[in-house]
Amino acid sequence: MSSVAEPVDGHEHHHGPATGLKRWLFTTNHKDIGSLYLWFSFAMFLVGGAMAMVIRAELFQPGLQLVDPNFFNQMTTVHGLIMVFGAVMPAFTGLANWMIPMMIGAPDMALPRMNNWSFWILPFAFSMLLFSLFTEGGGPNFGWTFYAPLSTTYSPESTALFVFAVHIMGISSIMGAINVVVTIVNMRAPGMTWMKLPLFVWTWLITAFLLIAVMPVLAGAVTMVLTDKYFGTSFFDAAGGGDPVMFQHIFWFFGHPEVYIMILPAFGVVSAIIPAFSRKPLFGYASMVYATASIAILSFLVWAHHMFTTGMPLFGQLFFMYCTMLIAVPTGVKVFNWVATMWRGALTFEVPMLFAVAFVILFTIGGFSGLMLAITPVDFQYHDTYFVVAHFHYVLVTGAVFSIMAAVYYWLPKWTGHMYDEGLGKMHFWCSLISVNVLFFPMHFLGLAGMPRRIPDYALQFADINQIVSIGGFAFGLSQLIFLWLVIKCVRGGEAAAAKPWEGSEGLEWTVPSPAPYHTFTTPPEVK
Amino acid sequence: MLRTATRLTAGVGALLPLITAAAETPLNMTKGVTAVSQDVYQLHMTIFYICCVIGLIVFGVMFWSIIHHRKSKGVKPAQFHESTKVEIFWTAVPLLILIGMAIPATQVLMNMDDTSEADVTVLVTGSQWKWHYKYIDDDVEYYSLLATPRAEIENKLAKTDNYLLEVDRPLVLPIGKKVRFLMTSDDVIHSWWVPEFAVKKDANPGFINEAWTRIDEPGTYRGQCAELCGKDHGFMPIVVIAKPDTEYRAWLTNLKAEQAQAKAEEQKLLAMSMSMEELMAEGEKVYLAACAACHQPNGEGLKGVFPGLKGSPLTIGDINGHIDIVIHGKKGTAMQAFDKQLSLRELAAVITYERNAWGNDTGQMVQPKDVDARIKSAI
Repeated sequence: MSSVAEPVDGHEHHHGPATGLKRWLFTTNHKDIGSLYLWFSFAMFLVGGAMAMVIRAELFQPGLQLVDPNFFNQMTTVHGLIMVFGAVMPAFTGLANWMIPMMIGAPDMALPRMNNWSFWILPFAFSMLLFSLFTEGGGPNFGWTFYAPLSTTYSPESTALFVFAVHIMGISSIMGAINVVVTIVNMRAPGMTWMKLPLFVWTWLITAFLLIAVMPVLAGAVTMVLTDKYFGTSFFDAAGGGDPVMFQHIFWFFGHPEVYIMILPAFGVVSAIIPAFSRKPLFGYASMVYATASIAILSFLVWAHHMFTTGMPLFGQLFFMYCTMLIAVPTGVKVFNWVATMWRGALTFEVPMLFAVAFVILFTIGGFSGLMLAITPVDFQYHDTYFVVAHFHYVLVTGAVFSIMAAVYYWLPKWTGHMYDEGLGKMHFWCSLISVNVLFFPMHFLGLAGMPRRIPDYALQFADINQIVSIGGFAFGLSQLIFLWLVIKCVRGGEAAAAKPWEGSEGLEWTVPSPAPYHTFTTPPEVK
Repeated sequence: MLRTATRLTAGVGALLPLITAAAETPLNMTKGVTAVSQDVYQLHMTIFYICCVIGLIVFGVMFWSIIHHRKSKGVKPAQFHESTKVEIFWTAVPLLILIGMAIPATQVLMNMDDTSEADVTVLVTGSQWKWHYKYIDDDVEYYSLLATPRAEIENKLAKTDNYLLEVDRPLVLPIGKKVRFLMTSDDVIHSWWVPEFAVKKDANPGFINEAWTRIDEPGTYRGQCAELCGKDHGFMPIVVIAKPDTEYRAWLTNLKAEQAQAKAEEQKLLAMSMSMEELMAEGEKVYLAACAACHQPNGEGLKGVFPGLKGSPLTIGDINGHIDIVIHGKKGTAMQAFDKQLSLRELAAVITYERNAWGNDTGQMVQPKDVDARIKSAI
């Protein structure tokens, strides 16, 4: 393919993209890299989704029908890893690449070559992870949380591949985060003061600091797993003076900020969309910024709420319970602000707004179950059951993923220069909304009734609800194909989009034509 | 859009009676059979109702906007975008609600944490994929394994009532007594959970955790391992039978006598030899119960995870090496030590079976006394 690509001279290179495969391989353009991230993320969303379909098919009935328990564990593990590191995180990085320079009036990301590299190592990481499924003994089967010693002494030989893959994902995230920080700090247009930054930029800035802080901790955790398994160390082995619970402390010190990494940019997206379709400024901009920062700081003080059953001293349990409950305050402020933004606005419900409103409601439901989980004595009953599965899918699917979809619908006209098919979009929304609730809502009941998570087979009293859940799962999976079709259709053509296709939208990205030219803001705009 | 609103409010509305009615159905958390589990249930319901009320208010306001503040109704958007008073209000009020939740939660937690002055202490040890119970004060111990037949799991037999929630030897506990659990593990992390007691505690290898319960009502209570512990995590249930103290005492005395008798018989066995048929028949039973989860019923293992025994140098080579690995296990792998899990007779039978099944055909027999000799030589 590259052999047919025309060599381009320096002049042309400045004004338009190269052609063919080379354009994508060597690109340093934030828009190209944003598109690469988004397409990659969608591909991973489908791969991880296919694994979820395997899980739901096996759980459709009691008994073992389709897969053996060892493969089932590989599916739950790799589904989790792919959705977290392959689907949600790259999608937000893609949005950041596309939108942050355009929102702050910068010509590109600050470190464009590193930007290229931070994307292009990702496909290798995920190929390696997926390849490990086909090695003798299978891929990682110890859960995406890879608790030692299940992931060390008792793990399959492919664990080294898993460790290496996670390292690469971590390096990619750190590079992406550094790029975001440097861009936002140095490349804002004249007059774009801190308290004028769009919230998407603010939330991403804070997210980037979280990433830089915790991805090295994850790297440390996987490295210790590696040396425990292959080089005879005993970080997590009591027989050698180590402690398996220490693994969980290290993992969740990464893991809890990680969940905010996946939700803070979502807050930013929703804070852009709700004012736009309410035709009214965002309520409480400053408090939104402070709430985001508070959530980020608190995220470092709550990690052990994932570990209440590991046997912590009473003081530890109380400390982590109180800190976790505190997170409800800034999160509540955000939800109240969004509702106040809608109050007495002039609302319309195009697809981005539909997803944003669904986000606010369903994310809040996930927040409620999160608050319930924070209460230590009750958590003993919820912990490691389907109640937890329901909780984190509400915040991650109807939270993070819905916000990503809202963002795609909102900015798709800017990216492609075409309006998407509104009817198809509405169909996608309603199919997704109904099926996702059939999928995840009954999981609360399963958990409360006592079904543990991560089991390939279950007692008979759970059979009916599991069947409903599986049907919801298949429907939600299929609904996403509508989205794929819609996006392809929109890229290929459609009604031409105006520079500012949404009546109420604000921000510099709407001052450039649609589709956004390959290079924007080569001379910085003046922000008043 | 009105359609959306009605659909969603109907959804939330339908939920409430469902949950209230759910007290007796398996849609809600169990109230359980201990004072602590009832406290936990109350706490759960209280917080749930608080969340419902907040949800109704917030979503109510939102749906009011969605229905009335629509552009299609010709409204002019207001332009207000801050109000310090309102913002202080909705920071302070949730804070107060949280403090109101934290107080009872702290009380219940402090009570749950107090394991002192127990009447009975049981050491619970998890291993892949079974539980071991040891009554510390009475020197009685045994393993408790899944009793559901493989054929039911593989859909070859109809599933019965307690599918996957039945064990060969349940834990027996007295009612009305404070029972302290000491939790630990022989391999990976497990978690011992009986919902009716509101006890869930991780069993960590190399460490001991504590929990306690005081059961109010006699009965059979079922739970499961709650921490992913490998391939058969879904197949290591917990069954507890709670009895009045006198019955519990009688059961314990009886069990002690039985175990002493079994030991005596085992000593007698050392002087005798079993026939090949006896060994093979018993060996197959033991193999399917204790070994087949990893090494598979056909002896071929799982490639790259659990080694096969069919035609393996271990099972057709040196007989003492084979006995040693079965009784002591293999450090750094999932292979457990079976000297405490199986009787001499069972060990002899299963080793004989492994050396002669699946075409291994060594023709060699292992007698209980051979196993006994290897165990003694290690000491």
